[in-house]
Amino acid sequence: MNNQQAPLALEAVGICKSFGPLVANDTVNLQVEKGQIHALLGENGAGKSTLVNILFGLYKADEGEVRVAGKKVEMNSPHDAIEHKIGMVHQHFQLVPVLTVTENIVLGDEPTKKGGVLDFEKAAQEVEELGKRYGLEVDPRAVVEDLPIGYQQRVEILRSLYRQADVLILDEPTAVLTPQETDHLLEVLRSLTAEGVSIIFITHKLREVLAIADKVTVMRRGEVVGATDPKETNEEGLAEMMVGRSVVLRIAKSQATPGNTVLSIKELNVLDDRNQSALKDFSLDVKEGEIFGIAGVEGNGQRELVEAITGLRPIVSGSILMGEKEMSGCSAREISEEGISHIPENREKHGLVGPHSVADNLVLNRYFHSPFAARGIRQTEAINEEASHLVEKFDVRTASIHNPARTLSGGNKQKVIAARELSHDSSLLLAAQPTRGIDVGSIEFIHQQLVNERDAGVAVLLVSAELDEILSLSDRVGVIYQGKLVAIAPTDEFTRIQIGQLMTSGNS
Amino acid sequence: MNSLLERIIRLRWWILVFLAIIAFTIFAGDFRQDPTTAILAATLRHSTPLVLGALCGMICERSGVINIGIEGQMLMSAFVGFTVTAATSSLYLGVAAGLACGMLMGAALGGLTVSLQGDQIIAGTVLNIFALGLTSFLYTPGETIHSKTPRISVGPLADLPVVGKIFFSNQPLTYVSLLLVAVIWYALFKTTWGLRTRAIGEHPSAAETVGVSVAKMRYLNLIIGGGIAGLAGAYLSLEAVGSFERGMTNGKGFVALAVMIFGRWNPVGAWGAALLFGYTNAIQTQFQFRGWLTGHPQFIGMIPFIVTIVVLAGFVGRARPPAAIGQPYTRE
Repeated sequence: MNNQQAPLALEAVGICKSFGPLVANDTVNLQVEKGQIHALLGENGAGKSTLVNILFGLYKADEGEVRVAGKKVEMNSPHDAIEHKIGMVHQHFQLVPVLTVTENIVLGDEPTKKGGVLDFEKAAQEVEELGKRYGLEVDPRAVVEDLPIGYQQRVEILRSLYRQADVLILDEPTAVLTPQETDHLLEVLRSLTAEGVSIIFITHKLREVLAIADKVTVMRRGEVVGATDPKETNEEGLAEMMVGRSVVLRIAKSQATPGNTVLSIKELNVLDDRNQSALKDFSLDVKEGEIFGIAGVEGNGQRELVEAITGLRPIVSGSILMGEKEMSGCSAREISEEGISHIPENREKHGLVGPHSVADNLVLNRYFHSPFAARGIRQTEAINEEASHLVEKFDVRTASIHNPARTLSGGNKQKVIAARELSHDSSLLLAAQPTRGIDVGSIEFIHQQLVNERDAGVAVLLVSAELDEILSLSDRVGVIYQGKLVAIAPTDEFTRIQIGQLMTSGNS
Repeated sequence: MNSLLERIIRLRWWILVFLAIIAFTIFAGDFRQDPTTAILAATLRHSTPLVLGALCGMICERSGVINIGIEGQMLMSAFVGFTVTAATSSLYLGVAAGLACGMLMGAALGGLTVSLQGDQIIAGTVLNIFALGLTSFLYTPGETIHSKTPRISVGPLADLPVVGKIFFSNQPLTYVSLLLVAVIWYALFKTTWGLRTRAIGEHPSAAETVGVSVAKMRYLNLIIGGGIAGLAGAYLSLEAVGSFERGMTNGKGFVALAVMIFGRWNPVGAWGAALLFGYTNAIQTQFQFRGWLTGHPQFIGMIPFIVTIVVLAGFVGRARPPAAIGQPYTRE
């Protein structure tokens, strides 16, 4: 009946799903074999999450069917999916923060004594055993909100294993993990397949696909554009399938022609949230027409630096000069008006007003200026016109500019922020972790924009934890370690290894 | 042993308040046993509808639905209970009718907030207005019942000095309310139902993804909660007063919400809070009896509110409500 040798664990046939005018899935087919790690690759908004939400019964498909072990099944709710031994690790964890690990894991399928009384001891013991067995140890009595993200993810995985899932769906599981945690997770997944569990692994990180997947299905704009064996392809090939054109993983750029100093920071001292010194006598110059990259392990003062420059954090001493003008002590609005654009590290919290429309978010830094406001009255037409223009120019995928910004995917949110900040007339661009958690196509786009800004004479200060990003974009690199710049030099004077050492120890 | 000591230290302010109240009660009771016992027994009686109302609010809010319609649920049930008793002369049928009416009102709130996804505050307000209007319209003055629910003494326990009179010589719904505090505490924190209830009030989509039906659970809990509010209504008309009056709940449903918050969404906490509110009412009567502040009756009337403000402002730390209250839940 099938031309494959291994039996199919899970199958999606001709799935269609629309949200209003947006077609999220267009006759999508997916075949997952037993014991296989099946990567589902695609840009943000390609329809991967929609597909797996249908497989898990959270969304109802408009058309098409889901088959488990060859048999058609009705997926009307997650309850049905669980019945058919399908488990899911959600991108935004579906855990109750105030409950304990054990309570979260057994919720909905609780071991009980007589009369619906929870057998907490038995449950905790089972959770502990499961954790040991799969290398996912976590304290069963800990309250989930106190756990670091990596451990919360373990709880999510254990929850599916507790229900003896045969098929485990992981929606972008590595987006929140450190490299070490990612390696550990991949190991765990390997050992699960050895026990016959099939895994659907959603990602947009090409390296992971090549490292772990037995098969990869690529989606683009709601459709499956191909399925292939990762051994027969490489990063470029996958990226091309995903984006639909050849992708430049490394942006080509000409030699920088730096001009006058735009931003000059002298002996800046700033405290962190716990009132500990975060920046110590920190000095830095950024010139027009250059990209200055700040490399460093996170938590070495990068966030405080960006917040101090943008007026979000008070400084203790020192000065921040924009040209000749002292900016310390100015409000965030004054600083923005002086010509500083800011792509913030936390796009949900500092970059967007989630419930407000895409259009409003696109003019967030100048809604009070003409033509967007006249005598204090907002000019909707001008705002909408600008928004439509920017959405098109920056290729933001949204059904409408009137949708709330929080409904966009990560890459599209970042494009909204970039569109807003780059269309602001500025002489300094601060980009903090500008490509964190977004897809290859969007990364390429954002990188290209940063280089374009540089070539237009803007001073760009790039803060990133991704060493590759720093090395491929920066003209000069400064390494930050414990609140100090421990080295500054043109990028080509550093080797990768040197920077790595400077980042972790402060000297090479 | 150590943990007991830690507990005492953690609760030191509450223990102090409790001791101060007891001391003041004995003083107000003129250092005689009878009036002191009477004040404390009245405290328990006054707290009964508040405890029941707060338990109703708690079960609803723990599962993510704000119920500000407790007032209406109580009033309607007080009326239905009274009417049924007047027609059948059976107090117990009346109480059962009050219970059923409360459950129906709970289901109505479920219809508005869960099925129709309406705004919970507005839905609750609708219930309140509906109950006030309908009971005022249907009520025929002059209708009477012959007795109130009888006092039941619990065997030899009732003969204990002080404690016996306070706890073991009460009317049935007062016992029921004490029992419910314990039962609901146990159910909330030790049973499957409780775990699911707390989960859907904190993070409904998390519960839904593990196969718990948020809609069913919310309906169930709104009906249970409504039933408890129904008992509170029956208490008012059949146990406390022995008749029905227009608007006889007189804000108790709202005070119950304050009691619930004050008790931090915990049945035992709410019981303690309700006792404090009940106490302020009981002590008022004693003030009048002793002739204190008689020249300024408005000051006596202010006591409950002053105590409320002092306690709420001074003693309640930051209480954290269930995270998902007030939000209708949809899967897509």
